[in-house]
Amino acid sequence: MRDLPPSCSIEISGLTKYFDHFCALDHLDLQVPGSSIFGLLGPNGAGKSTAIKIMTTLLDPSSGTATVAGFDVIDDAVEVRRHIGYVPQMLSADGALTARENLDLSARLYGLRGQLRTSRIDEALAFAGLESFAGKLVKTYSGGMIRRLEIAQATMHRPKVLFLDEPTIGLDPVARKTVWERLLELRQSSGVTILLTTHDMEEADYLCNQLAILHQGKLAVVGAPDDLKRSVGPEASLSDVFVHYSGAVIDQGGHLREVRETRGTAKRLG
Amino acid sequence: MLDFIIQTSAVANAEIRKLMRDPTELFSRAVQPVLWLAVFGQVFSQVRGIPTGKLNYLDFMAPGILGQSILFSAIFYGIAIIWERDLGIVHKLLVTPASRIALVLGKALAAGLRGLVQAAVVYVIAALLHVDIRWEPSAVAGVAFGVFLGSCIFATFSLVIACIVMTRERFMGIGQILTMPLFFASNAIYPLELMPSWLKAIAMANPLTYLIDALRAQMIVGGHGIHSALVNFGVMTAVFLVLLAIASLLYPRLAR
Repeated sequence: MRDLPPSCSIEISGLTKYFDHFCALDHLDLQVPGSSIFGLLGPNGAGKSTAIKIMTTLLDPSSGTATVAGFDVIDDAVEVRRHIGYVPQMLSADGALTARENLDLSARLYGLRGQLRTSRIDEALAFAGLESFAGKLVKTYSGGMIRRLEIAQATMHRPKVLFLDEPTIGLDPVARKTVWERLLELRQSSGVTILLTTHDMEEADYLCNQLAILHQGKLAVVGAPDDLKRSVGPEASLSDVFVHYSGAVIDQGGHLREVRETRGTAKRLG
Repeated sequence: MLDFIIQTSAVANAEIRKLMRDPTELFSRAVQPVLWLAVFGQVFSQVRGIPTGKLNYLDFMAPGILGQSILFSAIFYGIAIIWERDLGIVHKLLVTPASRIALVLGKALAAGLRGLVQAAVVYVIAALLHVDIRWEPSAVAGVAFGVFLGSCIFATFSLVIACIVMTRERFMGIGQILTMPLFFASNAIYPLELMPSWLKAIAMANPLTYLIDALRAQMIVGGHGIHSALVNFGVMTAVFLVLLAIASLLYPRLAR
């Protein structure tokens, strides 16, 4: 276990990832303060997903280091996994299982046993507001219910860092607001550090203490939302900041796989 | 070790719950053995062109069709894995501290239990067609063990293929290419002695041959295998362990 700078949950240094000859991440340096909500922004292909995959140990970097919750993602990958939660972009709760069964599976994989497992499952259902739906198959839930379940599922082992990849994509405005409230409540109650990616500037502005904008695999800028807006102009919005630093318009399109995944999400939401 | 057992059983338990909620696949997969036994088997038992020793042809091929049923059912298990990958379920499993071997083994064990249900269906069809089945508990237990292990082998093999091809479209093509050669290059519907030497060599490297050889000895009155049960189950166990190791190494590729 490494000593991170005080109150720093994630530290990335010179992180680089090549896919064949394509450089997806180019010497990225980043520090994420503890108990903050940190937003990773950038146009499609900027390297956000690659960075999250490396931080969650799903992908090895080509060079550089990443330390999450004090553990190196390569040398201490299992310890990193023990201390993080992850909510993928797609609605990934298993639709053929009930909410309680989904939670039970996660609890067992995270090593929660006996009475602790039972109580954490009950707490998670209460957090997600799904107590009365606990025995119903997840495929009958709305998108917002599934997302709340997934956040509860990803935090039932009390992680130090929670990663969310576009957590409100495909959700209606009401469900989106509910997810935001749950995330703020979670940060407040447990002090968990939250790192999320998003294309939604309103979401980034509302939730995040700090933002980093990636562009072509490099860090374009990092700072608090208000500071970033001021740096661009007196009346600048976060969208202006995004365009200024990434040189791109906000685009929710993406390459073929992302489009397919987004369509899959939309299909599951009916 | 306790963590490993809990993780493995948790994955297997989730898979079995899903299967129990949607048993339609089990019944749809029962159609093929019905056709092979009731149509192909009944017709070919009249021809008497295939030397099957003291067994009539229907008795000879019933274990082969059981093996085929296990193969065809388990070999497409990878499609579900690719589906789970597309939904992000695989990513979520892989960011847990659970052992990769436990994740793969849990899925294989669930496939093994699914194979037992498949075997029960084939037994019913075979009994209705008056196949001379051994009903002693030890013989039924031997068949159950073979079916379970065979299902684990082909489901894990399927997972390996899924980890390599990554897409459902490519998997369907590869699955179709693999199943028929595996079936015909085995002792399912004709004895090894009839095969030319090159085909016999392939059949001897095919785990389906060992599964069917074991089933033939255990399932049918008067049936005997060319290998002992120890050899058959030993080869199958070794194949499964190798595939389990390969699948555990390749499984994380699905999340990249």
